[in-house]
Amino acid sequence: MIAKKSIKNLILAVLFALPLFATAGGNTKEGEEKEFNVVEMIMHHIADSHEWHLWGEGENSVSIPLPVILYTDNGLVTFMSSEFHHDDTGHHIVTKNGMNFVRNHGKIYQLNPGETSVKTDAEHHITNGVKPLDFSITKNVASMFLSIIIILLVFTRIARSYKKSKVPTGFTGLMEPLILFVRDDIAKSLINEKKYMKYVPYLLTLFFFIWINNLLGLVPTGANLTGNIATTMVLAVLTLLIVNFSGNAHYWKHIFWMPGVPTPMKLILAPIEFVGIFTKPFALMIRLFANITAGHIIILSLVSLIFIFQWAGTPSMLLAIFIMILEFVVAFVQAYIFTFLTALFIGMAVEEAHH
Amino acid sequence: MDLITPAIGLVFWVAVAFIALVIILRTAAWKPILGAVKDREDSIKNALEAAENARKEMQNLHADNEKLLKEARAEREAMLKEAREIKEKMIADAKGEAQEQANKMIAQAQESIRSEKQSALAELKNQVANISVEIAEKVVREELADKDKQLSLVDKMLGDVTLN
Repeated sequence: MIAKKSIKNLILAVLFALPLFATAGGNTKEGEEKEFNVVEMIMHHIADSHEWHLWGEGENSVSIPLPVILYTDNGLVTFMSSEFHHDDTGHHIVTKNGMNFVRNHGKIYQLNPGETSVKTDAEHHITNGVKPLDFSITKNVASMFLSIIIILLVFTRIARSYKKSKVPTGFTGLMEPLILFVRDDIAKSLINEKKYMKYVPYLLTLFFFIWINNLLGLVPTGANLTGNIATTMVLAVLTLLIVNFSGNAHYWKHIFWMPGVPTPMKLILAPIEFVGIFTKPFALMIRLFANITAGHIIILSLVSLIFIFQWAGTPSMLLAIFIMILEFVVAFVQAYIFTFLTALFIGMAVEEAHH
Repeated sequence: MDLITPAIGLVFWVAVAFIALVIILRTAAWKPILGAVKDREDSIKNALEAAENARKEMQNLHADNEKLLKEARAEREAMLKEAREIKEKMIADAKGEAQEQANKMIAQAQESIRSEKQSALAELKNQVANISVEIAEKVVREELADKDKQLSLVDKMLGDVTLN
């Protein structure tokens, strides 16, 4: 029952976050009397999901079903998430290839052979099932595919427009300063003059991927892709690999045998510098994840004040709108910072010795 | 704890999709876009350089023109000066020659005058001699006939002579 309520509260939150949809919230009045669990509502909102929920609650909710892809001991199993009938409590069992699956709190469990109902312990953990490897096209993955389609359409269109005329007009004129910003102010200013062009495609893709997904995350009902630790981890690991595979002798010497300091100091510095290889991308991962997730949490918290204080909470909408505007700035700034620091680390790795 | 535990599915899809995106965009978008921008920047740079060069060339040309004009002026001055000198020399030469010619002509004239005079004198002398002989003859003849007549004849003859 808690999950049902949280879905409804999520819907209310999303509807109230947009004044446009404010009038649509009228049919869910009963929730106001029940106890409102802010933490659960917020956690549900920022977490990934197997379906793209639009509106409604429980059995009546309307959502876009997404494919579930599970890698079990008996091979791949695929079905649409609509087969769970919006159940997230482990009660509805989906049988595929002789295996029983349930969904509980956003996780899909494979019940042990022979089991036909869910058994839970005191803390509501499922005791008679295992979690198969879940490669589902979740809401975040679907949102990422959407962003990739947008990015491909936008930038191939821009590329085509340059074939017609080298003078940017219209939309190309809008995007060109951003492309040149990444090329000149990020790549060229931080990476060795002779080598920076090699990294510009990666940096450009990184910048626009993060930025557009940050913006998609701000759209009501949107996914929280860049505020998900898995996404930021992949991006940070790619940066880690690129930086260290680009590293020249100069770079490695500064890590393992720092020139210009006494030998005992070198021995102390080496492990510190070695750990530094990993802490830098780790900080990138945490920074993007925390900033985007925190932004979502703040907006949702401010919206939740309405449900807690009812009419007295309405002024918090002003704050929510203010934070929303701030989040649009943060969406750009975080994309910029991630790209900037990646370029900075690459720049340090390919720097030529000059002493 | 779910919040900070990366889900394997999302890690897989993001990694595959993002790497694919980098590879596709590199050839489909960044290469043509950055290439076009680079071309444009180069062409602007070249155009500016060409304009600067043209300006410098114009300046050089102007300086050359000035120099040429100056040279031409100097040459004209020199030519005029030379012409003047030639003119003066020619006049001087002509004057000298004319003087010489005149002197020569004068000398010739004097010579011819002198020779004419000489010949005239010689003729006169002959005439006088002939007349003298005739007179002498007539005188002699008259004398032979009449002494008075002879004398008057001589007078008359002498008078003729002086008329001549």
